[in-house]
Amino acid sequence: MLEVVKDLFVLMISSSLVSNVVLSQFLGLCPFLGVSKKVNTAVGMGGAVIFVITIASGVTAVIYRFVLVPFDITYLQTIVFILVIAALVQFVEMFLKKYVPSLYQALGVYLPLITTNCAVLGIALTNVQKEYGIGFSIVSGFSTAVGFLIAIVILAGIREKIAYNDIPESFRGMPIVLITAGLMAIAFCGFSGLL
Amino acid sequence: MSISAILTAVAVVGGVGLFLGLFLGVASIVFKVEVDEREEAVLAALPGNNCGGCGFPGCSGLAAAVVKGEAPVNACPVGGEAVGRTIASIMGVEAGETVRMTAFVKCAGDCAKTTQNYEYTGVADCSMVGYVPDGGAKSCNHGCLGYGNCVKACPFDAIHIQNGIAVVDREKCKACGKCIAACPKALIELIPYAAKSVVACSSRDKGPVTMKACQSGCIGCSLCVKVCPVGAITVEDFHAHIDQSKCTGCGACREKCPKKAIMEL
Repeated sequence: MLEVVKDLFVLMISSSLVSNVVLSQFLGLCPFLGVSKKVNTAVGMGGAVIFVITIASGVTAVIYRFVLVPFDITYLQTIVFILVIAALVQFVEMFLKKYVPSLYQALGVYLPLITTNCAVLGIALTNVQKEYGIGFSIVSGFSTAVGFLIAIVILAGIREKIAYNDIPESFRGMPIVLITAGLMAIAFCGFSGLL
Repeated sequence: MSISAILTAVAVVGGVGLFLGLFLGVASIVFKVEVDEREEAVLAALPGNNCGGCGFPGCSGLAAAVVKGEAPVNACPVGGEAVGRTIASIMGVEAGETVRMTAFVKCAGDCAKTTQNYEYTGVADCSMVGYVPDGGAKSCNHGCLGYGNCVKACPFDAIHIQNGIAVVDREKCKACGKCIAACPKALIELIPYAAKSVVACSSRDKGPVTMKACQSGCIGCSLCVKVCPVGAITVEDFHAHIDQSKCTGCGACREKCPKKAIMEL
């Protein structure tokens, strides 16, 4: 029992910090750069991603184990996972609109946008590759998404400060953001000695 | 690969797709949110820019408010009269007369008419320039700084910096009011599209000060007040103001103004 708890803890640290989904696996860069102008919207996006990735990890793990493996068609995992994730995001949107309108309002356009976030699919595929069970898949999905939240909130905070700096003309806009993201990735390399 | 493997793949993926489709179809019925039909119709009639010019968060916010009766049917400044009438017919009420308004920058002190007191090389942002000595390098402390906060705010590409001052393209302007909020000098005002004569200056300084700062600044001489046949002009704080509801656009004030601060649009 203690062994499992320890494994889960290590998994959480490693997937949220050490192999951060954005900064060392380079997944989900589009929302990372696109929705990080303000801390508030970044937190909204991060929250929505945690929500969807956690559920998607669980559902795809179930589908993999009880549909793809028995029929021996695991090579179709990518296409099936995309299908499942898209449908899941749709369902989550409908559910929230009906029962939690306040959260639906707060997440707004970010919720449907998550369908196109490759981190969701990436984590589902990584879980399969690493042969995690359903429980481990959910924990792995959740902590990876937390890593996404950490990264996007830090970047948004830096970008809010950058807005008032005197940046050379050729670096204004996206170039300086990409350089910032690169420096953050280097900084996150520091976590690699943790485990 | 044998044919059965292909068939299995087709069947399983097809089955998963079919199941998800049915699942979503059922979910859309179960989780259906009742929306007032009129709200959808009003939303369809609105321009869909989501500019917030009406004061509500986006077009859907206004549509909800119109249906609840919290906003007038002609509240959308962008759509103007045509959209107002469409929404009025949806809601079954009469739309009032709407006057088309456009933004106007009350400053004509371009690079030719004003001078720079010193060289400013800081952040190119009007509200930041307000913090540097003497309210920016421009010789006039009241006029347009020309760093384009209004240009960035405009969702319709209707305002541009020309020769150092902001100029509104009145054909493109939808009177959403974003630029008015963005201007730290409060230089921008909504005036009727039909307005003929406007005071293109916001200086509240005494005559000699304004005269030194800008070649076409209003010096508060009151000649326009005397010449106006309908009494539409008042001078307060050494600054003339035209009441557009009274102005007939005769042009007498434009003729008389010694600094040509009153302009024809």
